Amino acid sequence: MSAGPTTPGAASGPTIGVFALQGDVREHERVLAALGARTTLVRAAGDLAGLDGLVIPGGESSVMDKLSRLLGLAPAVRAAIDDGLPVYGTCAGMIMLADRIANPITGQQSLGGLDITVQRNAFGSQVDSFETRLSVPAVSDDPVDAVFIRAPAVLQSGPGVDVLSSVPSERLESGVDCGLVTGSVPVAVRQGNLLATSFHPEVTGDWSFHRYFLDRVVRRGP
Amino acid sequence: MSNTTESSAVSYTSNPADPTPGTIEDSGQGSPRTGTARVKRGLADMLKGGVIMDVVTAEQAKIAEDAGAVAVMALERVPADIRAQGGVARMSDPDLIDQIVESVSIPVMAKARIGHFVEAQVLEALKVDYIDESEVLSPADYVNHIDKWDFTVPFVCGATNLGEALRRITEGAAMIRSKGEAGTGDVSEAVKHIRTIRGEIAKLSALSRDELYVAAKELQAPYELVAEVAREGKLPVVLFTAGGVATPADAALMMQLGADGVFVGSGIFKSGNPEARAAAIVRATAQFNDAAAVADASRGLGEAMVGINVADLPAPHRLAERGW
Repeated sequence: MSAGPTTPGAASGPTIGVFALQGDVREHERVLAALGARTTLVRAAGDLAGLDGLVIPGGESSVMDKLSRLLGLAPAVRAAIDDGLPVYGTCAGMIMLADRIANPITGQQSLGGLDITVQRNAFGSQVDSFETRLSVPAVSDDPVDAVFIRAPAVLQSGPGVDVLSSVPSERLESGVDCGLVTGSVPVAVRQGNLLATSFHPEVTGDWSFHRYFLDRVVRRGP
Repeated sequence: MSNTTESSAVSYTSNPADPTPGTIEDSGQGSPRTGTARVKRGLADMLKGGVIMDVVTAEQAKIAEDAGAVAVMALERVPADIRAQGGVARMSDPDLIDQIVESVSIPVMAKARIGHFVEAQVLEALKVDYIDESEVLSPADYVNHIDKWDFTVPFVCGATNLGEALRRITEGAAMIRSKGEAGTGDVSEAVKHIRTIRGEIAKLSALSRDELYVAAKELQAPYELVAEVAREGKLPVVLFTAGGVATPADAALMMQLGADGVFVGSGIFKSGNPEARAAAIVRATAQFNDAAAVADASRGLGEAMVGINVADLPAPHRLAERGW
């Protein structure tokens, strides 16, 4: 596909890469462009040059992991994360950012950087996938539309991680080891330059998480 | 936890300022909803750029997952064998589907016969992630397709042209795949169908409003949906391709022609080295615009499936002509 669209006046906006090996790349591009960012697709290490931020979309984390290592993209993104590149991961993107995956496929690795343990498909199969509205005061005064599709959940997070929103742990699929989870399970987290959500704001038309990412994480605004 | 919006909005939440998250209120109104169009179409969005592989055993499913499949299609016989063996092809044995669901963590799809809504009910009860109402199986109803709005599980359906795609979407399909000619290893029909669908969409975009009424009549699809496709220049759901893809170059060809992703049926497990071929098709699908990468992926794969030229198939044996 072609490079991302630009909008009038976008020249002043930040340049945001979208990790484009697999998944709902276009949906993120559309939201970011509408918010005035310039978007560019990231498929190789060289594509990371000059980025102000990176979005890792939804998709299948095991496929993104395999391709990103095969193409030499994984170590480059990890180095950029360690250098402070702002990154927002949705669903599979959250799994890619997690330091630990509770239930990887054989040999699956993550980029890491975010001090969390995630459970893939924590809410069950597709018939259990759901949409809801979440209160996320740090991000929006109004409830945020959230679509959970075979979504991961955060089973455990380190002290540096801010939990921005949670859902009741009773929504977790039975069999998920709830030893680490009590009452509610985090579905939106931030640790410094890294933001991650279990759900997909990019398919809802609700731009508040992308706006938060651009204003508060990329531009480090108040 | 209380604020002024509490009564109308869901507070399915915890307050990050609250050191003990877990105080959860749910007003009932707007409580979590499953099976919405957004949730159904959303999973297809997440599969984009990926390869969905036909598998007939749990071992094959594991091989597919390890090779980078974005999902697997669980079935009893791959299309090439259905073709060779003949007879009525039906939904798979629930035991087989259970074994495949248990062996992998990527999404599992399964096929129901056209119009066989009870097979679809069974597959939903087995918690597959997607149902393919498929012309590869023997149709159960030559008049009606399944009312797919009735289900929580999403459906993918085949189409050879835009009208067929829009009729399936009207019935509730959350994903479309061009049909191609399954089980042949001949990509020509897949090319024809994706070019037809994309070409018809492009034509629609050039029409004026009064012409769209006639277009809707000719496409045998609702005017509102036709107008939406004309306005957006694309289907409201993801468009994959299927039927005859056997090599990395085939997959890259379909992606360059505008497919969002690829189904590979017999092409992998009817080839000489399924592990290598599966991984190579995944890579070529991701790097479809990079000829050097597709070349690299094409090396040393051993024998491709033998294949049948579609032109040699007598018309009654063409699966793409099932469904309407």
